[in-house]
Amino acid sequence: MSEQSNNSSATPVLQLRQINKNFPGVKALQQAQLSLYAGEVHALLGENGAGKSTLVKVMTGVLQKDGGELLLDSTALNFDTPKDAQQAGISTVYQEVNLLPNLSVAHNLFLGSEPKRFGLIDKKAMANQARQLLSTFGLDINVTAPLSEFSVAVQQLVAIARGVAPKRGAACTKVLVLDEPTASLDADEVQTLFQVLRQLKQQGVAIVFITHFLDQVYQISDRITVMRNGCFVGEYQTAHLNKAELIAAMLGKELCQQRHQAPCVAVEHSEAILIARQLNSGQSVQQLDLDLPAGQAVGLAGLLGSGRTEICRLLFGLDQADGGTLSFAGKPIKLSNPAQAIALGIALCPEDRKTEGVIAPLSIRENISLALQAKQGWWRVISKKKQQQLADFYIEKLQIATPDADKPIGQLSGGNQQKVILARWLAVEPKLLLLDEPTRGIDIGAHAEILQLIRQLCQQGMSLLVTSSELEELTAFSSKVVVMRDRKKVAELSGEDLNPDRIMAAIAGASV
Amino acid sequence: MTNEATILNSTQSDQLKAEQLKAARQARYSPGQSAHQFSLYLYPLLALALLLLVNVLLDPQFFSLQWQDGRLYGPLIDIVNRSAPVALLAIGMSLVIATGGIDLSVGAVMAICGAVCANLLVLGDWSIPAVIGLAVLTGLACGLVNGFMVSYLGIQPIVATLVLMVAGRGVAQLLNQGQIVTFQNPDFAALGSGSFLGLPVPVWLVLLALLIMQLLLKRTALGLFIEAVGCNAKASRYLGIDDRGIKLTVYLLAGGCAALAGIIATADIQGSDANNAGLWLELDAILAVVIGGAALTGGRFSLPRAVIGVLIIQALSTTIVVSGLPAKFNLLIKALVILLVLMLQSELFRNQLKALFSFNKLRGGKA
Repeated sequence: MSEQSNNSSATPVLQLRQINKNFPGVKALQQAQLSLYAGEVHALLGENGAGKSTLVKVMTGVLQKDGGELLLDSTALNFDTPKDAQQAGISTVYQEVNLLPNLSVAHNLFLGSEPKRFGLIDKKAMANQARQLLSTFGLDINVTAPLSEFSVAVQQLVAIARGVAPKRGAACTKVLVLDEPTASLDADEVQTLFQVLRQLKQQGVAIVFITHFLDQVYQISDRITVMRNGCFVGEYQTAHLNKAELIAAMLGKELCQQRHQAPCVAVEHSEAILIARQLNSGQSVQQLDLDLPAGQAVGLAGLLGSGRTEICRLLFGLDQADGGTLSFAGKPIKLSNPAQAIALGIALCPEDRKTEGVIAPLSIRENISLALQAKQGWWRVISKKKQQQLADFYIEKLQIATPDADKPIGQLSGGNQQKVILARWLAVEPKLLLLDEPTRGIDIGAHAEILQLIRQLCQQGMSLLVTSSELEELTAFSSKVVVMRDRKKVAELSGEDLNPDRIMAAIAGASV
Repeated sequence: MTNEATILNSTQSDQLKAEQLKAARQARYSPGQSAHQFSLYLYPLLALALLLLVNVLLDPQFFSLQWQDGRLYGPLIDIVNRSAPVALLAIGMSLVIATGGIDLSVGAVMAICGAVCANLLVLGDWSIPAVIGLAVLTGLACGLVNGFMVSYLGIQPIVATLVLMVAGRGVAQLLNQGQIVTFQNPDFAALGSGSFLGLPVPVWLVLLALLIMQLLLKRTALGLFIEAVGCNAKASRYLGIDDRGIKLTVYLLAGGCAALAGIIATADIQGSDANNAGLWLELDAILAVVIGGAALTGGRFSLPRAVIGVLIIQALSTTIVVSGLPAKFNLLIKALVILLVLMLQSELFRNQLKALFSFNKLRGGKA
């Protein structure tokens, strides 16, 4: 941890100390801390599930802290509602623009504190004030037009302008929290945003900047706070911390080791368990030739919307092929629903765990045994005792962090939910396991464990097809990586070609 | 050999690493509270007990039972007996609501099935088992129509069943040709007003239906599948459950239950009144399921709790009559008491209540 050195004032404008926050069964924040000085851009970094957003929610009054203190200008405060925090001068702009697209830009800016005349909204005054406010942002747009007519970048800027706009009865903005503000912006728009941030900085606003783009962190931020697993890891001067150190701080040591391992191949030249030829599915997958060797893990890379998820859906019978042939374990097959795929021995851990995977109110025990039960049919019930054995076995094997198997799965963290979903499919003992982004949005420990599990399964002879956006992760276990672009397979890398740079090049469309 | 050794080594170090990770993560998780089955039954039963207590205070004879002509009589028996049709509806409704649906047509299905019974009996040459069988088949057919519209045509449950709610009564009126069809058949009438082993036949029918349903739900995976589909239909489909088939099944079962209720109601009055048989009973059934603690969004359900809900509603109606209040207050009081029962079940409300009490205590202590 580096020594604090203040760039503008001696005392922080906002200080969070020893913050604790518990959710049922999960300590989301443990002794978390954050110090913000006026006139700085402070990057709050950490992997998914590190506790960044929980900390921000505590800071902005959305959640109440269970312990610790919050000092604004050296006075201890308690925010019961987001409005309290706003009144005190803490504004937040969330990742998804939460404005009203059908209202005018001006109205969006002053929603809830519209200038009034005779008790009615004074549209003319509102438009004038809006124009004035936006001009300080270098934004010259028709403020009376509905917000939906403008690009996402403009909407994002309007949201920020709304964040810093003076509100009736509230202190002027001292702290501005930006949660992933650049996620939907292109390079030019990011620069416009940064211009605005620099201006606000000069006005003495403390800005909390949450992002996953480390380059932007180095462009704009003065200081960095890193969190991991709900804990404070360290506070650094951006200028004194190189990227490798930053990544090490964010990921911890475990994963860095995990990532450099040889690909996992149980059987050297195994036969293909699944062969697809010229497989088509509407607009989503075109002329796909795919061979999945038995007992190996194959990686599937590509950008969002490149056809990765669609391939998984196709092979699991969720979408129907309208051309080409598919054969599994030597026999031609046609899939029209998941039940057929499961009966053949194909399983899928879907990408969107929340809506397609977990059945939140049901217990871990039930969630684990459901797929096996569905495969057996409703009339051959798995007794509660058997379910319990099954659940206990996998809780132990996959190290699912839970007090007991009767806890609703919805109360687990993302990583543990993912493990339960994995357990669900391991219980049916599939021949081919399709994993669509198995490590997205899960905490770092579970992340490493799931990679380890993939390797283990492979060694036991299971075939896997794993989709992931993390290229290093793919190279850690894949015997080959199939790269998709624009719904077509553009490359198949194996052996020495199998490294993140080559995959990246193939995704980007450079010659391979 | 060396290969094996390295694999062994790596798995060992993997295990070591995993142990450390486990310890690190366990530190982050504290044991949470699992829901207590007990508390789910507590509040409905408490509400029922309170209602019965009020009745005893109003009428000391309330718990008295008399043995006459080989059957029991008394206010308690009355409540249970009168609950029978709605209890049957609530059993079916529980399943439908558990999938996140709703069935508004069950009252109308009662009327249709009642009309089928009455007309067959008037025709004369049908045996009683055949009449019952045909009525149940009619109910199942109605359920099939609902289920098909909901699961295969994708119509919203409330709209789909509203169709049959309106049309069903029309069908019943057509069957009866606009008349109230009455019949003279003591054997069939016994289904509504007879007794067996001291208890009214409708009560036995409810117990039988409850038993069969519970066995069907618990001894097969049907109950679990219904809950899974109700909690998350998409995820259920992704893990191989035929979610449409499950939805079709629950509407089918609800139709069958409604048919039984229709048979009881018809046998009770020895006639079929297409306009009034089962009128608004679907609402009582829905209410009973909700009092039993099920969420209208689907998910967890319990048939015994739904039946307790029915008993609460019926006990309440009896209480109002016993209390001697003018009949015009009935509906209002019913609404208020039910609101109270529902609020008692809400954990949020209970916590607010607790906070209020402790606040008062605190203030009282200081003063």
